[in-house]
Amino acid sequence: MCLSALDRAGARTRVGGTMMPLPRVHPGAAAAAGPLVFLRASRKVALGEWVILRAPGQAPRRGQVVDAAEDMTVIQVLEETAGLAPTLTELTLTGEVPAVTVGRELLGRAFDGLGRPLDGLPDPVGDALAPLTGRAMNPSRRVSPYAFIETGLSAIDGLNTLVRGQKLPLFSGPGLPGLEIAAQIVEGARAPRGEPFAVIFVGLGITARERDAFVRRLEASGAMERTILYLNEARDPTIERLLAPRVALTAAEHLAFEHATHVLVVMADLTHYCEALREIGAAREEIPGRRGYPGYMYTDLAAILERAGVLAGREGSVTQIPVLTMPDDDITHPIPDLTGYIAEGQLVLSRELHRRGLFPPLDVLPSLSRLMNAGIGAGKTVPEHREWADQLYALYARGREARLMAAIVGEGGLHDADRRALGFAERFEKEFVAQGRDGRALAQTIESGWRLLESMPRDDLVRIREATWKARRAAAGATVRAGGRA
Amino acid sequence: MSRAGSVSEAAAAVATRGGELTSPRLVRVAGALATARPMPAAALYQLVHVGARRLLGEVVRVQGDTATIQVYEDTTGLWTGEPVTATGGPLRLELGPGLLGSVLDGVGRPLARIAEATGDFIAPGAVAPTLDPQRRWTFEPTIQVGATVSAGDVLGRVQESPGLEHRVLVPPDTRGVITRIEAGDFRVSDAVAHLEDGTALALSQRWPVRLARPAARRLPAETPFVTGQRVLDFLFPVAEGGSVAVPGGFGTGKTVIEQTLAKYAWADVIVFIGCGERGNEMAEVLTEFPQLRDPRTGRSLLDRTVLVVNTSNMPVAARESSVYVGMTIAEYYRDMGYRVALMADSLSRWAEALREVSARLQEMPGEEGYPTYLANRLASFYERAGRVQALGRPQRTGALTVIGAVSPPGGDFSEPVTQAALRVAGALWALDPELARQRHFPAVDWRLSYSLHADATEPWFREHGGEAWPEVRRGALELLEREAELREIAGLVGAEALQDPERLLLDVARDLREVVLAQSAFAPNDAFSTVTKTYLLAQLSMSTYQSAARALAAGISLDTLNLARVRRALVALKTAAPEEWDAGVAEARAAVGELTP
Ligand SMILES: Nc1ncnc2c1ncn2[C@@H]1O[C@H](COP(=O)(O)OP(=O)(O)OP(=O)(O)O)[C@@H](O)[C@H]1O
Ligand SMILES: [Mg+2]
Repeated sequence: MCLSALDRAGARTRVGGTMMPLPRVHPGAAAAAGPLVFLRASRKVALGEWVILRAPGQAPRRGQVVDAAEDMTVIQVLEETAGLAPTLTELTLTGEVPAVTVGRELLGRAFDGLGRPLDGLPDPVGDALAPLTGRAMNPSRRVSPYAFIETGLSAIDGLNTLVRGQKLPLFSGPGLPGLEIAAQIVEGARAPRGEPFAVIFVGLGITARERDAFVRRLEASGAMERTILYLNEARDPTIERLLAPRVALTAAEHLAFEHATHVLVVMADLTHYCEALREIGAAREEIPGRRGYPGYMYTDLAAILERAGVLAGREGSVTQIPVLTMPDDDITHPIPDLTGYIAEGQLVLSRELHRRGLFPPLDVLPSLSRLMNAGIGAGKTVPEHREWADQLYALYARGREARLMAAIVGEGGLHDADRRALGFAERFEKEFVAQGRDGRALAQTIESGWRLLESMPRDDLVRIREATWKARRAAAGATVRAGGRA
Repeated sequence: MSRAGSVSEAAAAVATRGGELTSPRLVRVAGALATARPMPAAALYQLVHVGARRLLGEVVRVQGDTATIQVYEDTTGLWTGEPVTATGGPLRLELGPGLLGSVLDGVGRPLARIAEATGDFIAPGAVAPTLDPQRRWTFEPTIQVGATVSAGDVLGRVQESPGLEHRVLVPPDTRGVITRIEAGDFRVSDAVAHLEDGTALALSQRWPVRLARPAARRLPAETPFVTGQRVLDFLFPVAEGGSVAVPGGFGTGKTVIEQTLAKYAWADVIVFIGCGERGNEMAEVLTEFPQLRDPRTGRSLLDRTVLVVNTSNMPVAARESSVYVGMTIAEYYRDMGYRVALMADSLSRWAEALREVSARLQEMPGEEGYPTYLANRLASFYERAGRVQALGRPQRTGALTVIGAVSPPGGDFSEPVTQAALRVAGALWALDPELARQRHFPAVDWRLSYSLHADATEPWFREHGGEAWPEVRRGALELLEREAELREIAGLVGAEALQDPERLLLDVARDLREVVLAQSAFAPNDAFSTVTKTYLLAQLSMSTYQSAARALAAGISLDTLNLARVRRALVALKTAAPEEWDAGVAEARAAVGELTP
């Protein structure tokens, strides 16, 4: 979507495909405020139209029409506006909606939030220019997601299973390793049977240190050549953050649905994105909603997150793992709250586990994968997955409750069963969740869970059906007889 | 209204401005709103075609010769200067055979047809009639030439789905003597009957979606809307024709409740409105429903279901209209004399669409930015629920039960949409994030929830569930209440410090919660609980309490009572397969019997 791409003949993305006016040049704008430029008395302006702003002696800037009106058109400038004198700025209404270069050629490359190369290489030619606002998938063409993705993290694979086509955000907190966990998921998440697989990483207002750490891990795991990076860093204009996820998802949809690739999109940090949204809302003097965020934030976030999915008759998929920071660790803050209302579950990090030095500090109690049921069971993971997970969860929940009680009445005041659950919770956190930095195969995850369960009396395992229990004992017995571990 | 509309269209087309003949053109496009001039004869809620691609829109404000239009499709790429054409009246939905099993967008276009026109991703401008114009239906008249008919009279029938006979009704505001009516195979727009004044009556009719369809009179609530969810049927039953608000924070189980009810609840027709929610959830319904059987007719579930879908990333204006499209379809089947249930997920997204449009119109905002008319609009939506005697002959009773999910920000029920819903709904099923976190589903908070229909439906449950239904119900509610108090105390002093009677109460209350109230929507043998099963489980829990309490009173210590056996038996019974049922009941009765000293 770089200027050169826009200028390329034959690759124009005509607005809406109708009789769109050719580029029109206005010698100057009427006013500017924050990221907005106002253009008076303009005719034939399209909503969403791409605008090039040329101020004398400055590099051209890009903008987009957000309010098209004959008396006063509003253009949102997507780059820093400091130093922009509206009356001296020449505006070109391009007659096009913003579009981005897409194609397999982008793999292995790094771009900024607007899709310009950051790696010193020339602009990619790509397969096509695709409009970056994207269109809504027709719900009747969607396939309900069902394919298990192994991430190598027990707390996810075992208890909050991710499936292809899902959007499952990581709710992090200030100083918690949300991005690091995302990196670990990316390392572990390979498509089975060698199907085409790609990773798209979108940095939204992240620090150079965060970026470096993430990229290093991708490189170390040899995943770079099937990765596209879109980086908007903390020092880059906030406004670019609004486009970066859209640029990335347009590339993702193309890879997924034109090249039959399973694409995993990691976006961090969605909180910075929402703040940019709030900034624009304020600049446009809109009535703010909760905590100053715009009333349409739900719709805006949904336009991004709903771009995950699987389509009938097409091989690929788009899966999203957005990372966000809960301000003040508050899950009711509008950012995690609205994300939770849109996404298909959430993985919540715990400050307490982090403080205790456990990694990954995933708190399984508030975490949930809503599409888990579709991705587990016989033929997908293991037949007993559901009851096994329910039982681990139930015991852990009881243990955590007992921990709270014990803090008040002392361990002595607890029922026997509660005391047992308390011990279980400790071991569950240390042995099952806190697996450290190495990935675990699903079989190891399942085994680790069974070993914890088997340390409890059978009567405490009410969620495990008798048949399952017997099968498990028989299998364990066989291992013992075959000279395996006891 | 439609005639006035076409006049206005003509008037608009020749309107003059500045002495020069001009036709209406866009002067502004911002978000979901477009403004056009000159449209001096535009009427509120009039449908218009916007731009060269003829996107569908609706006039929401008229000022002088300027009309503001809310556009039901993506406005990106609309430019100032594009033409606007007014059509006849307001948004009218085509009603007739073929609605069942269809999946419509927020303005009534079948999504599958849109996909044929624009592919896997939705592009604006697709034209797709609600009903298949070519399909032929076998019509069988039930009245004869010479009969005088008026609004709502049944002209005849069409077997719309294997399980449902579609009754072809005389449209409201129509009366006369039948001069021709014939049996045969007809398309929806074909005339099947004629009146003496020449009026042709077709298999289908149109109705403006924002207007409630008329009925002869409202009837009081009587029979319960049986949901198959124990916590709902047993503690907070709603009557057929009632209305419910289901508020809950994210992930508390609103959608699962709505979907489970759509699957198993006793109703002839289900209208499910996915309003501003997830595409994958709709895909799930579309994959699951055709495979599931209607518990009563044994037919595919999709055959009794109409889906109206406007996902969160589809245009907000069509999100606003989607609830009316769904409601109109529901009323139409109610008028045939059916028991219809409408699920709206979620009304908060509808309210937000209202807020978004209102903000763009720069209306004076009320609480939290919602327009001041929010409560009124929501009330008139909920008020379209009801049990009615339909217009016309033969006499028919229809019921329309409305279950609306509400998504309060931060799970805080004091916000405007929840509060507005509570003022009109007949029942509250409040979902509690704490219960959801404990994986206690349905996460219905039994202390906060209520139903105004509990008394009216009691006789029915007494007859069909069990003789002592009301007593068991009240006993259970009281037990749960006392448990909550006791748990607070136990949290302070430790469970070990409690006496036997209190510990018993805690034990039984736990069974009541975990065995009776908790019910997994995904357990093959427990997703639907018959009223008999609901009663039996509840009654067994309560008699456990009574028997054990008597034993304690007789000086027996709690630790010697075999409550574990009762618990095991109840847990097994809850998920028993049909062939295990009788043995399960016997074992549970024996286990409870053993407690009696
Ligand atoms: N009755 C139930 N039985 C079993 N699991 C349930 C039940 N209800 C909810 N759940 C679990 O809770 C999850 C969230 O439920 P659901 O999607 O209905 O929430 P919601 O209230 O609609 O959330 P949102 O407002 O974000 O749409 C489900 O994916 C499922 O795992
Ligand atoms: Mg939901």
